[in-house]
Amino acid sequence: MSTAREEILGRIRHALDGSGARTADTAAGPVGMTGAPTPGSTAHDAMVERFVEVTADYRAVVQRCGPEQLAAHVAAALQAYGAGRVVIPPGLEQDWLSASEAEFVIDDDVSTEGLDRCDAVVTAASVGIAETGTIVLDHTADQGRRALTLVPDVHVCVIRESQVTPDVPGAIRLLRPAIEAHRALTWISGPSATSDIELNRIEGVHGPRHLHVIVVAG
Amino acid sequence: MKKAARSTAPERNPVGITTPTYLGMPKFPKLAAPELRNPVLRHNLQMATHTIRDKRAQVVGEVDDWEALRVDGARSKDAALNNLDEHLEELERNLQKAGATVHWARDAEEACSIVVELVQESLGAPAKYSEERSGGETSWGGGEVVKVKSMATQEIELNEALEAAGISAWETDLAELIVQLGHDRPSHILVPAIHRNRSQIREIFDREMGKVGRPAPDGMTDEPAQLAEAARQHLREKFLRARVAISGANFAVADTGTLVVLESEGNGRMCLTLPETLISVVGIEKVVPTWDDLGTFMQLLPRSSTGERMNPYTTMWTGATPDDGPQDVHVVLLDNGRTRVLEDELGRQALRCIRCSACLNVCPVYERAGGHAYGSVYPGPIGAVLTPQLRGTASPIDESLPYASSLCGACFDACPVRIDIPRMLVELRSQVVDQHRGGVPSAEAAGMRAASWVFGNHKRLEGVQAGAAAASRLFGKRTSISQLPWPASAWTQARNAPTPPKESFRSWWRRTHEEPRS
Repeated sequence: MSTAREEILGRIRHALDGSGARTADTAAGPVGMTGAPTPGSTAHDAMVERFVEVTADYRAVVQRCGPEQLAAHVAAALQAYGAGRVVIPPGLEQDWLSASEAEFVIDDDVSTEGLDRCDAVVTAASVGIAETGTIVLDHTADQGRRALTLVPDVHVCVIRESQVTPDVPGAIRLLRPAIEAHRALTWISGPSATSDIELNRIEGVHGPRHLHVIVVAG
Repeated sequence: MKKAARSTAPERNPVGITTPTYLGMPKFPKLAAPELRNPVLRHNLQMATHTIRDKRAQVVGEVDDWEALRVDGARSKDAALNNLDEHLEELERNLQKAGATVHWARDAEEACSIVVELVQESLGAPAKYSEERSGGETSWGGGEVVKVKSMATQEIELNEALEAAGISAWETDLAELIVQLGHDRPSHILVPAIHRNRSQIREIFDREMGKVGRPAPDGMTDEPAQLAEAARQHLREKFLRARVAISGANFAVADTGTLVVLESEGNGRMCLTLPETLISVVGIEKVVPTWDDLGTFMQLLPRSSTGERMNPYTTMWTGATPDDGPQDVHVVLLDNGRTRVLEDELGRQALRCIRCSACLNVCPVYERAGGHAYGSVYPGPIGAVLTPQLRGTASPIDESLPYASSLCGACFDACPVRIDIPRMLVELRSQVVDQHRGGVPSAEAAGMRAASWVFGNHKRLEGVQAGAAAASRLFGKRTSISQLPWPASAWTQARNAPTPPKESFRSWWRRTHEEPRS
């Protein structure tokens, strides 16, 4: 149907065929992947500590706590930012919010303008990467659609220690099922920033200007 | 460069279109001269390139085996390029399976008209709008799109094409916004406004923002945080009302149909998430074979480009995700000279480029001349090898680019996918020399030919040397000449020439080492 398609593919064959380029793909193993340590081990704890340090390095606020302190931490974080109206994804565990007095809006296709009127969002996460201080959302029910974590100015993100993995290739492996299910992924490393003015990093442009990460044991 | 041996058709794939902005540009030295005389520009560039160089060196140093990552990045890109047709077909299949529409564009013009038509459709423009426009009358008030920074759309000058169709394209990356509002050209791949300092940016925002939307706040200073805040406020209304977004992609994963955009500010997420329609223009060389390859590139790219362990935001999307983000998703696969580059066995390495701009930041020529002198949206060392291959070496600017280098090799060391830029520059130079064979020789060519005649026979050489030794007496005790007569004056403009030696090596040897013949 598309002649442009046939022509471009023809040009590629013209360029490659008979040139000795047609070697078989040699897929190497992932580079820079270290095995994930067993949860509960000292090595695992050191990895989580590294995650906390590196994430904080990019001006996110990071806290560690036990499951029993989680609700109090969420409440304190929202209060610290003065968040009165908070949007949450439909699948978020309600227990996490039990200590907060903020008004919670459960996302039910809230309009963009509606999201813009929310002060904060609270979500879970999918994967954390220790060496880069990255949180990956795969936008399942406890993280919500992408706009939720984009429009409000404060993002409080709860991640379990067991979701943290040492490095990028490890995370890519863990995320393949989400990609195969055609879900979108958002990788977040610190709050929105820019280096466009004299190459100095300035936090806070279009995305949430405050990223508050709570790493919960378990 | 070496052409691939081929038994069939000798004709080559077409070069890409040189867009109007760059058409008829003079050669590099001419473009560079005024830039070199601009002290503010040189100061801005030096500050910026050194800052980013140091940051990059630090985060690259943190990685245990950076070299292994580079090797793997090159391997993945080569695997993609060596079977590019198959990977593109696989990418297309997977995109379609995920609900995206795939378009193919042979060149800049075709890509622009595909995108313009798609935008008109999405915004509900009358079908015959473009024809009516040529008549000068239209009932359609025009429309607008928001844009994520993309080299491919700059290469094809999409904004100009949209504007001609009555569509305003708002650049949303801060540096692109500075360039757009300043009616300027980009001068760096990653930080297009690298040539501007904070006070220049303040001035541009203050003067221009009000003309196209929310004005800059009163009393805005040149504090970077205040400038960023002004951009946030100016663009927010545009994000919230936009119905169509246009992006490029850093990577297109063949085995999953996933497109990837790395960014910092959140403007990318805004564009990729909020509108109903998303159109992505993707060069065919952006394809990587497998999802696992991202494990390497997501380490290489952030560290090489912004000098961060990871950039603040990355979006990865596969077609249309039900109930999340744009539901009308289009991907335009762009050739525009890339298949021409692919023909050359060495030259095709340039298609590995992931547009990190590490080579610009370490280049002594770029640091002084700046990006505008390269006469292309791709400046710096990678531009000097990519542009003459994409556009051919027929024009003065394109044939001068391979010479815009000292061949120091810093670019190769910095390149995360091991593109051998110095070697390609040398090969391209020989190509440019070859294309000038025959016809009236240049002064340089005539000189070289004369030298070759002299060096071809020892008697001729000795004759010339005897003449030079005789001439040296004219200079007395001087050891250098500060001004030679034309045409050699071009050489002594920037440096001294040594005076000819009193005696050649050969005659000295004969005098001191050989037995006198009896």
